[in-house]
Amino acid sequence: MSRFNRMAASLIAAAFIPVVAEAQLGSPNPLPGPQGTFAITNARIVTVSGAAIERGTLVISGGKITAIGASATVPQGAQVIDGTGLSVYPGMMDAGTSMGLNEVSQGANATVDDAEVGSFNPNAIAYYSMNPHSAHIGVTRVVGVTHVLSSPTGGLVSGQSTLANLGGWTPAAMTIQQKAGLVITLPRAGGGGSGFGGGGFGGGAAAGGADATRQRAIQLDSLRALIADARAYRQAMDAYAKDRTLPRPQPDIKLAAMVPYVRGELPVLMQADRAVDIRASVEFAVEEGLKAIIVGGREALVVSALLKEKNVPVIYAHVRTLPSREDDAYDINFSAPGQLAAAGVRFAIASGDGGAQVRDLPYIAGMASAFGLSPEDALKSVTLWPAQIFGVGDRFGSIEIGKIANLVVVDGDLLEARTNTKFLFIDGRAVSLVNRHTTLFDTHKDRR
Amino acid sequence: MLTTKFRASLAVAALALTTGFMPAAAQQAPRRVPSMLIKNATVITVTKGTLQNTDVLLENGKIARIAQNIAAPAGAEVYDGTGKFVMPGIIDPHSHGMSDATNEGTLSVTSMVRITDVLNPTAVNGHRSLAGGVTMINILHGSANTIGGQSATLKLKVGRPIGEMLPAGAPAGIKFALGENVTRKSQNAVPGGPPRRYPATRMGQAEVLRDAFTRTRAYKADWDEYRARMAARPAPTTLVAPRRDLELEPLVEVLDGKRFVHAHGYRADEMVMLLELAKEFGFTVRTLQHALEAYKIAPEILAAGASVSVFADSWSYKLEAFDAIPFNAAITVHTGVRTTINSDSDERIRRLNIDAAELMRYGGLTEQEALETITINGAWQLGMEQRTGSLEVGKDADIGIWTAHPFSVYARVERTIVDGETFFDRQQDAANRAVRAAERAELEKAEPNTVPSPRGAPSGPSRPAAPTGENR
Repeated sequence: MSRFNRMAASLIAAAFIPVVAEAQLGSPNPLPGPQGTFAITNARIVTVSGAAIERGTLVISGGKITAIGASATVPQGAQVIDGTGLSVYPGMMDAGTSMGLNEVSQGANATVDDAEVGSFNPNAIAYYSMNPHSAHIGVTRVVGVTHVLSSPTGGLVSGQSTLANLGGWTPAAMTIQQKAGLVITLPRAGGGGSGFGGGGFGGGAAAGGADATRQRAIQLDSLRALIADARAYRQAMDAYAKDRTLPRPQPDIKLAAMVPYVRGELPVLMQADRAVDIRASVEFAVEEGLKAIIVGGREALVVSALLKEKNVPVIYAHVRTLPSREDDAYDINFSAPGQLAAAGVRFAIASGDGGAQVRDLPYIAGMASAFGLSPEDALKSVTLWPAQIFGVGDRFGSIEIGKIANLVVVDGDLLEARTNTKFLFIDGRAVSLVNRHTTLFDTHKDRR
Repeated sequence: MLTTKFRASLAVAALALTTGFMPAAAQQAPRRVPSMLIKNATVITVTKGTLQNTDVLLENGKIARIAQNIAAPAGAEVYDGTGKFVMPGIIDPHSHGMSDATNEGTLSVTSMVRITDVLNPTAVNGHRSLAGGVTMINILHGSANTIGGQSATLKLKVGRPIGEMLPAGAPAGIKFALGENVTRKSQNAVPGGPPRRYPATRMGQAEVLRDAFTRTRAYKADWDEYRARMAARPAPTTLVAPRRDLELEPLVEVLDGKRFVHAHGYRADEMVMLLELAKEFGFTVRTLQHALEAYKIAPEILAAGASVSVFADSWSYKLEAFDAIPFNAAITVHTGVRTTINSDSDERIRRLNIDAAELMRYGGLTEQEALETITINGAWQLGMEQRTGSLEVGKDADIGIWTAHPFSVYARVERTIVDGETFFDRQQDAANRAVRAAERAELEKAEPNTVPSPRGAPSGPSRPAAPTGENR
């Protein structure tokens, strides 16, 4: 029984923070505590945006990082955590997942809630499928993934992604940005197959058969028409607002949902993996004036010049995907992030997973580093870069004063599989390390 | 390529027919293997500790010496291992690699079919597995039916004739399967077949097994009686031998302890069923494969003398995987059950080192315990622990050379050596890329590889999607 002392000690250490709730009946994910004042002392602080502080104090208050430094003072009444031998990192972000929208992908399809019926669903919002009590959430945040961009899938226009913290008992309590991107998958050039692979997240619009090219043209025309309609809708609404003598336009929630995206105010997530589809997506976005982000991006390297020229970032979700051709280099996808960095393409690394294995994100980034991405860039690719790509780099992704306190305290390198998480903060709240898996472990570990 | 593969399969099949069981490398002329000396590396032996600044000498396909400052024999390749980590080749006890077929699946008992009949010696997944430091795999049938077929232990000597990849004296194996994949309630009932096949429940699965082993007992009794009567002197001249039954023969070997049972199972209850049934018929289950809920019945598994081969972390992809936890291996190891990590996937097999490292985070296995799950324990599960799975003098030279400790996410394989020969060399692989690219360019010139559109205009390249090789 003493064998599990180490594990027990770490759970107790987490539980010591008095505001952390015990495991709650009815949810596998203990509720984060209130936004208190905390001071982590004597810790290595890996800021990501600047140099690491080898031994310093980090203060959290009111949900934000309020002080960092070798000589930062501990406020009166703060709950102090001795970080000797530990490191503080910004929480990681996975921008390529459907976490919270799915539970059991096979054999329990009632728990799969990520794809609406039909080809055009701009008004479907991931937020309304988000289950705060998904067991995936509790087991994921304890490796230091503190927020995700959760996306719907299916059809040509799948719906809108939601940027959410992995903590909170309602979708509203979790949500950082309810509408953070519109997922579009152009029909596959050349027809056949689905647009986006990568372990469960995805399944794009497909056109197969002999008349694939014609079908593709029809689908593209429909999509262009939708975008044109959305622009016209906006003009009509604006005109009516100025001149009430005009005929009142009929409200249309689909077109209304499209407006901020066709105006380039919010990003469009274009799912594409093959070079030909990535190129088509970028060109489509340029023609239509959309602010594109490529999601998937397996062959992004082939199109790197175009991506760089048009400043289109990539959410690369294929580090672990098998090479698609027999004669591809065995490490073609392991090494892609390193080569994208060298080519000057903006990118972030994502798991591409539906939810259950998002907790592999640090190892995925680490593997990219084993094959050419610098360790510093590997860390940025799952912290600061995804935050910047989605326009929240001023609040997330690094340790800076004023940023939101999504932080993880670990006993080693954040990306290493052997590293143990000791403390976790989301939105400046202490979060228990208890989850569905630790509970099952505790229930069975001492059976003889 | 196809011709070579076809010939190799024919040769295997022919040998198998004449000998009655799997052919072995011993039946071919031994290949001369050059010597190699790895200098000044960190040597993770697994069974004899981790040694700093140590040399490893490989001769005739075996590990000849492990010591400091070994002088290079004449003609030996000398590899500077400074800063490198040398570990035993990783063993994957559950793979579908190197194989062109996985499930027979049409009947509930297909013990007559053999993986050795469908091996592909040039499968690209072999090369990718070597690049992850893997040297030996257990190739199993799928889990579509209760008794899937005869498995194969294979060393990844990719490109060689299949006969050279099947180690002499490796114990035979057979795949069983339990639970949802067998009832096929959440999948097509039978691959390409009619809508339903017995069994549709776990109780039906127990009865399929009970029926098979009841028939096997009777069949074995027929043969035992025949052989006893034939042993009389003078031998009877009018006795007719029982008719051979290729379905039951491998199951006789199971009852005789000559064929290892590797049984796919997820839920605790179905695995307990198999352990009870094995006890009833007097055989031991060698491995419970996947065994996602082994942590709920670790004492029962230990008492039954079985071992487990699990995923480090894979869960929630189907209902019977919802109670899978990454702490599973920690509990079985601490209970004393021999435990391995497997891939069941052409993708995952490339990173079993990281899977094993996760066991240190989930449940606090020591580095030593975690290392054993991808090396010596797998060797034991395949009955090869005297031959491979650790770095010891006299053992097969199955070795991976890594750029950092293999448990680091920043580590990469430089070389993978099987039976003393290098089958993966990252430098060589890099050098080959230009050659392959040129070859591809030539081929594409020769044959445009396009699908004509209805009007005859080319519509761009058409290539089939790569299979994932997963069968979980």
